Amino acid sequence: MTNLELVFPEIFLALSIMFLLILGVFKKDSSKLIQNISLIILLSTAVITFNETIGIEEIFLFNSSIIIDYLSSFMKIITLLAAFLVLVISSNYLKTFKIFKIEYPILILSSVLGMMIMISSNDLIVFYMGLEIQSLALYVLASFNRDQLKSSEAGLKYFVLSALSSGLLLYGCSLIYGFTGSTNFIVIAEQLNPDNYSITFGIVFILVGLSFKISAVPFHMWAPDVYEGSPTSVTLFFTMVPKIAALTVFIRFLYVPFLYLIDQWQMILIFLSIASMLFGAIAAIGQTNIKRLIAYSSIGHVGYALAGLATGSNDGIQSSVIYITIYIIMNLGLFSCLLMMKRNQRYFENIDDLSGLSKNHPLLSLSLLLILFSLAGIPPLAGFFAKFYIFKSVLEQSMYFLAIVGLLSTVVAAFYYLRIIKIMYFDKEKEKYDTDHSLWLKFSLTFSTLLILMYFIFPGQLIEVISRINII
Amino acid sequence: MNFPILSSLILLPTIGAFFLLFTRNNNKNNITVKYVALFTSLVNFFLSIYLWILFDQSTSEFQFVEDRIWIEGLINYKVGIDGISILFIILTTFITPLCIISVNNSIKDRLGEFLIAVLVMESFMIGVFCSLDLVVFYLFFEAGLIPMFLIIGIWGGSRRVYSAFKFFLFTLLGSVLMLVAIISIYWISGTTDVTQLYELGIDAKYQNLLWLAFFSSFAVKTPMWPVHTWLPDAHVEAPTAGSVLLAAILLKMAGYGFIRFSLGLFPVASEIFTPLIYTLSVIAIIFTSFIALMQEDMKKLIAYSSVAHMGFVTLGIFTIQQQGLEGSILQMISHGLVAAALFLCVGVVYDRMHSRLIDSYGGIVSIIPKYSVLFMLFTLAALGLPGTSGFVGEFLILMGAFKDNFLVAVIASLGVIIGAAYMLWLYKRVVFGKLINSDLKKMVDLNKSELFILSCLAIPILFFGFFPDVLINTIEVSISDLIRVYNLNIMSN
Repeated sequence: MTNLELVFPEIFLALSIMFLLILGVFKKDSSKLIQNISLIILLSTAVITFNETIGIEEIFLFNSSIIIDYLSSFMKIITLLAAFLVLVISSNYLKTFKIFKIEYPILILSSVLGMMIMISSNDLIVFYMGLEIQSLALYVLASFNRDQLKSSEAGLKYFVLSALSSGLLLYGCSLIYGFTGSTNFIVIAEQLNPDNYSITFGIVFILVGLSFKISAVPFHMWAPDVYEGSPTSVTLFFTMVPKIAALTVFIRFLYVPFLYLIDQWQMILIFLSIASMLFGAIAAIGQTNIKRLIAYSSIGHVGYALAGLATGSNDGIQSSVIYITIYIIMNLGLFSCLLMMKRNQRYFENIDDLSGLSKNHPLLSLSLLLILFSLAGIPPLAGFFAKFYIFKSVLEQSMYFLAIVGLLSTVVAAFYYLRIIKIMYFDKEKEKYDTDHSLWLKFSLTFSTLLILMYFIFPGQLIEVISRINII
Repeated sequence: MNFPILSSLILLPTIGAFFLLFTRNNNKNNITVKYVALFTSLVNFFLSIYLWILFDQSTSEFQFVEDRIWIEGLINYKVGIDGISILFIILTTFITPLCIISVNNSIKDRLGEFLIAVLVMESFMIGVFCSLDLVVFYLFFEAGLIPMFLIIGIWGGSRRVYSAFKFFLFTLLGSVLMLVAIISIYWISGTTDVTQLYELGIDAKYQNLLWLAFFSSFAVKTPMWPVHTWLPDAHVEAPTAGSVLLAAILLKMAGYGFIRFSLGLFPVASEIFTPLIYTLSVIAIIFTSFIALMQEDMKKLIAYSSVAHMGFVTLGIFTIQQQGLEGSILQMISHGLVAAALFLCVGVVYDRMHSRLIDSYGGIVSIIPKYSVLFMLFTLAALGLPGTSGFVGEFLILMGAFKDNFLVAVIASLGVIIGAAYMLWLYKRVVFGKLINSDLKKMVDLNKSELFILSCLAIPILFFGFFPDVLINTIEVSISDLIRVYNLNIMSN
């Protein structure tokens, strides 16, 4: 156990969670304290991860069931930072609904712990364990506003469907174990008989489970309901953080043990990708609730990220990671706007409530405008570059059909983003919203908007960071 | 001299717009914002004139080239101009200040934001005309959608939402295929640098599909029949300044794109698809001219006449004759000036009467004579009267067309006659005739700023009508070189 320091971030996080639990039990009215400590913990875990593991090429731990490489370090840091931002901007929202409790930061921390384990997993069992840790925390988070019917319903729905998909996933794991005699990715890769196609069953079951977690069509049904029902701050968490971990597992699972079976799973991924892009774009058109709309738009965006994975090349993986990174930044901005739509202790989440926003709040609506155009993938904003990298890697493999369908669905998707802009800019104004937002909320909106707007000046930086990811 | 003059041209309006963002327009007349915007665009105009003076007309090489690494090993930020692009840049910088002056009367609401959109638009349009990298080109080409969408949607007429959406989605749909083609070119040739691609050439077996992908984008933007339907809607609903920008400059992006990319990069495919372009152009010329004849809305009529004029442009480009190509560029410049002037003329009466219907006017010549004279001039320029810039372009295009394809040229010449018919009829119904509508008597003649704008447009229209050499000298070498390279490529394949 010489390399224990490499999993120190996880250990630190786990111990902190236990400490916070005890602190919360023994100290009364400690929700604010715990919130602050959790923030510090998240940041320091990110710093530790950066210090301990960022320079490492590839190291296996614990009988190669854990892998520490650049991909895992990068994704962990992104996860931690995203969780930090979610936590820091959600406090006002929680206070309004009187659910500012000690459990909230602790649950977020636990789910982050689960995700970190998932990201580092190199073994089906470890992966499943991480997945369950995060899922259990997410079930509770979804129904965190338990006095509200919708929130409880969201939690229950998420639990039932997630449990189902976990079952499928476990079944897939057992099939793979049966065919190869191991749960370890590397051993599976060695034991794999490329002529034995029956292992495809196992792959398919696991893919189904994973698609459920990242809400790819046709396993997306839970997402709109859960996104709508959960408290907005939790929805923000849902749309950003679990996707990072699930995408990492997607990459590892497909590219480490089953790279040679690419002709088996490539078609599945192309299908998932096309279905998600098209469905996300078309279904979002009719929505009136912003959170539901975001759910469909996130389904669409997952489709683009999967298109990168479907290429079977390192470029494709990198473009997916770039995509998800930029997507997270855009989503952060989008939700910051959503959390600013507050008047008299009430939050508004219908698209109509944005009506005429540009007259009352010109800067807020300008930010939202940029974010929406970026989500639609219009240059010169960051969202365009994200899509550009994806299609660059897709076309490198001469997958013209995927590229053309993807780009056409951006046109359809542009329609519903434009609809929001239309309501903001072209319609009659309503009452003003409150402007006494917390400093962090303003910061996160400014931060994400500026990143989106200024990305085109230094697009090379992000690529440079991500080009170290090397899976194949 | 290493001063990055092109980048300054691109950046200056955006910087001006940035200042506008923080300029409070509390005072009633919005004087401050307007002067900031006007100042920015004028500086840009003089800078572009300075560029024209420095410009070396004797070479077809790209000049003022700036080449910076943008994304390592993928995209270079490369800009530069040759004889073809410089005129469009000057047209852009010339029209924008006029647009900004013209907002005096038409834009009442949120003037600051409007000017920001106009200036940002100017940046993008200049960027389109001087980018020498396909990705950079695409970036500017598409980015222009954002400000134009807002201009139509916020400050437009009653059906503005529909028009704005139609404009945005049509052009976006056309453009995404171009993006696929650009990335494919990157994988085929290993670069998206236009000058390198000119040298390397693109394998003939890929050219057809790539050409079609570019065509889908340019055809929508030109607009060519049958994808022109967004244009009348957009024109009618956009505020005057928006229509001017749209007609004068935005439509020229596609014509420029045809010359620079379709002819330059895919000569073999261009040769194959010339009949297609001819057919569509001729249909556009004849068909939309007839549609224009029966319009009741002045703006719509001018919009359809734009489609017909752009039909001449595409026809001229694909004749691949010196005269045809020069005529196309001249026609684009001239149409930029004339269409801008006509839309401003419509704007003038619209601001007074709040009606664009031809029926509601008639007999205004005795009430607003100055206006009627200028309107007359622009009408004649639009139908291509000798002595106006409109004539030179059309004449050269038809000359080129006669060399290449007799039948097409004859049909296109018929279009000139219909063009004269609808323009003169429009003029007759609006300006002459009996004064039936008594409200018209209250109309006041052009005020100083309107007179200034329209004279600014009238002078170059007349000047280039008599001295087209000024323009032709600038483009001649670049065009002849383009044709030479084109023919070489055709021969070798």
